Amino acid sequence: MNPSRMPLPLDAPLPGSSFTELLTGLGQAPTWDVPPGAERMLQAPEGTTVLALRYAGGVVMAGDRQATEGTTVAHRRIQKVFPADRYSAVAIAGTAGLAIEMVRLFQVELEHYEKIEGIRLSLEGKANFLARLVRGQLPMVFQGLIVVPLFAGYDEHEERGRLYTFDIVGGRYEERDYGSTGSGSRLAKSYLRTAFRPDLDPSAALRVALGALVAAADEDVATGGPDLRRGILPSVYAVDADGVREVPEDLVREAAEAALEEVR
Amino acid sequence: MSIPFYVAPEQLVRDKAEFARKGIARGRSILAIEYDRGVLLIAENPSSALHKISEMYDRIAFAGVGKYNEFETLRKAGIRQADLMGYLYSRSDVTAQGIATAFSQTLGSIFSHEMKPYEVEVLICEVGADGEPNRLFKVSYDGTLFDERRFCAIGGKAEALADAVREGFRDDMDLPAAIRLAVQAFRAAEEREPEGWEAAVLDLSNGRRAFRRLGESEITAAIEGGD
Repeated sequence: MNPSRMPLPLDAPLPGSSFTELLTGLGQAPTWDVPPGAERMLQAPEGTTVLALRYAGGVVMAGDRQATEGTTVAHRRIQKVFPADRYSAVAIAGTAGLAIEMVRLFQVELEHYEKIEGIRLSLEGKANFLARLVRGQLPMVFQGLIVVPLFAGYDEHEERGRLYTFDIVGGRYEERDYGSTGSGSRLAKSYLRTAFRPDLDPSAALRVALGALVAAADEDVATGGPDLRRGILPSVYAVDADGVREVPEDLVREAAEAALEEVR
Repeated sequence: MSIPFYVAPEQLVRDKAEFARKGIARGRSILAIEYDRGVLLIAENPSSALHKISEMYDRIAFAGVGKYNEFETLRKAGIRQADLMGYLYSRSDVTAQGIATAFSQTLGSIFSHEMKPYEVEVLICEVGADGEPNRLFKVSYDGTLFDERRFCAIGGKAEALADAVREGFRDDMDLPAAIRLAVQAFRAAEEREPEGWEAAVLDLSNGRRAFRRLGESEITAAIEGGD
């Protein structure tokens, strides 16, 4: 049905403030019907390494730009870190097509709720909702299509940065210091384990984030490190009391150069 | 079998319209004025919890007068429609004209098919991006759609308000000047001192989401700034 032709949706399914419920009610929710047994033929681009860490006053979130399809580079410049709303950011790993659609839905959901109710969801409310979206993907996991996001934001009530990791069944875990997901996440986490300090300032946090990405790209072939020759830099977002913003390219380049120098 | 009384359609429409107009006249009015960087929406509203003005989409705002539950239902439906269109197509495909047309269709069909028409008037405003003109649409209780320029008023005192604004309106007013003009217009139209304001702007300098509520201090500062 063409939504521009339909009457105004005066009645929405409960709870009336959820956009996802509205889509489902109208039969417009995104679905992928993979026939059983077809998973062997499916090969979709996969996003690789994303990570987030806390610093004094906020969180920084970074991701490489590569999508990998088997042993081939599918995209060199995809975006895997997104602002979710004014005070949070979300990053994705796994089947890129599904994950990006999930992020789009998540962004609309948060804004929709805020407009309908007149207030923003709490940070925990946002994380719980994202967990629900991941849980909804569970049948796809058996088809080999996996989406694992990473969520971070500034808690306006507790006045600090917080971050959450997820697992494939929609389990939601609050991480105290740092988190990472994707194929290079083990390497990134082992770097973060040694480099993380609880009192990092924003620029030190940026250096640590880039160091971890470079460490992951160094040994995980699916992860694309900073590519200075092509001018491809990781996407980095920071969230603090002033809200979410993309870290300027020149700062990212500087931190990337320093991190590459370290592994030389 | 009982035979229903015959009521001439003209009579029926007249009665419904009169009923709706009476309901709308009881509520306080709302004014939208263009200023140099966007659109100001301002209403007399003693309540700080119940809003008459709200964000609908990136560059689109909604304002409603009349029966609260009815314009609140319309407001939510408008947000749903806008978010649906933006999600299924693209954010740039959501326009004030599209939303205003949908409101017009819905209110029109409620007016002719329901026993009781909605006692509301709504305003859909859009700040134009990339030098496009701003849009001010007014939709009345029977679905009639008005496309206004520069300023637009809804509610019981709409005409008096519009007359008062017309006299003082200048192109390229800044925001404080637009607020002062609106406040003067309310004083003139209501012939009494207003009790509390609710105001918001659509301003492209706020980023993708152009809607921003104005705080009480900001409004007071603007009013006092002119003296």
